[in-house]
Amino acid sequence: MSGEQLLVLALLLLLGATSIAIARQTSLLAVTMLTGIFSLLGASWMLLLDAPDVAITEAAVGAGISTILMLATLAATTDRERADRPTSRLALAVVTVTGGVLVYGTLDMPVYGDVNSPSYAGAVTQAYLASANQPVPDRVDRKPGVPRGAGVLGAPPNGGEWEVFHVGIPNTVTTVLASFRGYDTMGETAVVLTAGFGVLAILAGSRRRRFTGEAADPGEQP
Amino acid sequence: MKEQAILRVVAKLLLPYILLYAFYVQWHGDFGPGGGFQAGVIFAAGVVLYTLIFGLEAAERAISPSKARAGVAFGLLLYAGVGLFGLVRGAPFLDYDALGSHGQHWGILLVEAGVGITVSSVMVTVFYAFTELVRDPE
Repeated sequence: MSGEQLLVLALLLLLGATSIAIARQTSLLAVTMLTGIFSLLGASWMLLLDAPDVAITEAAVGAGISTILMLATLAATTDRERADRPTSRLALAVVTVTGGVLVYGTLDMPVYGDVNSPSYAGAVTQAYLASANQPVPDRVDRKPGVPRGAGVLGAPPNGGEWEVFHVGIPNTVTTVLASFRGYDTMGETAVVLTAGFGVLAILAGSRRRRFTGEAADPGEQP
Repeated sequence: MKEQAILRVVAKLLLPYILLYAFYVQWHGDFGPGGGFQAGVIFAAGVVLYTLIFGLEAAERAISPSKARAGVAFGLLLYAGVGLFGLVRGAPFLDYDALGSHGQHWGILLVEAGVGITVSSVMVTVFYAFTELVRDPE
């Protein structure tokens, strides 16, 4: 077992231990701290899986901003979980079955680092990599005579070469997100905007209620 | 936390590097990991740290809530504006090649800047709103 595999194993064990601690903890302040630790461990794990973009986001959002917002929420409400929370065997069964189905679903996924997995050697990935001027992975089952990188597409029907759309930016993630999927990313930005205004609207409503009192609602007047 | 000397000094030391790292992630996103979303969140994390140490009033003097709210809309408008510019030039919406030579570079740089402005503004605005909620007298 290589050093990196040992690190991944240790991080996964720590993630499991943290989630058990979160489930057993009744102090919401401790739960908030533990979820921050969970995010930091998750970010380290994603970095080991060569996903630095996701790792930066998880570290900044999961461990940073959301922890702060949760702390602010606790300061505005309470940091103790209700002691009389009911324990349901049905809920445990549903969670166990759902978790089992998810684990079962991962069994069909390609082995980590498999060069023939669709996400690596598929036609779409090859086109993305070529447009970012990155080395295109070769499929083991490439037919003779088919140019390298043509992948599952094979040779073009008219005997020429596929035209590669050159974006010319080395980061493939940025190429895909900002150029190929520009519409998609614009929609995501709109989602962030909408979520921000939604939170503002909810908080503004709760502030108004506090100053005027619940009974100030005209619908509740006798 | 205004009276904590160590926290104040350490925060003052860290803050320039947090903000500089946010700009690095923003403008270096074409070459290294990162981009507008990550940069926006890191920038907002810097503002959050500043608020925690120096208080909401000082933070709102540095980045006023109205400017942050305007940034929320401005970022998305910048993104859509790049797309509309293509339409004006007779190209499809969000076709960066319409921006001229190195159009892809400029287009990606501009829309990532739009994403960064919107994300950082949303995070700062939401954080200000939460902080005001906590600060309000019961």
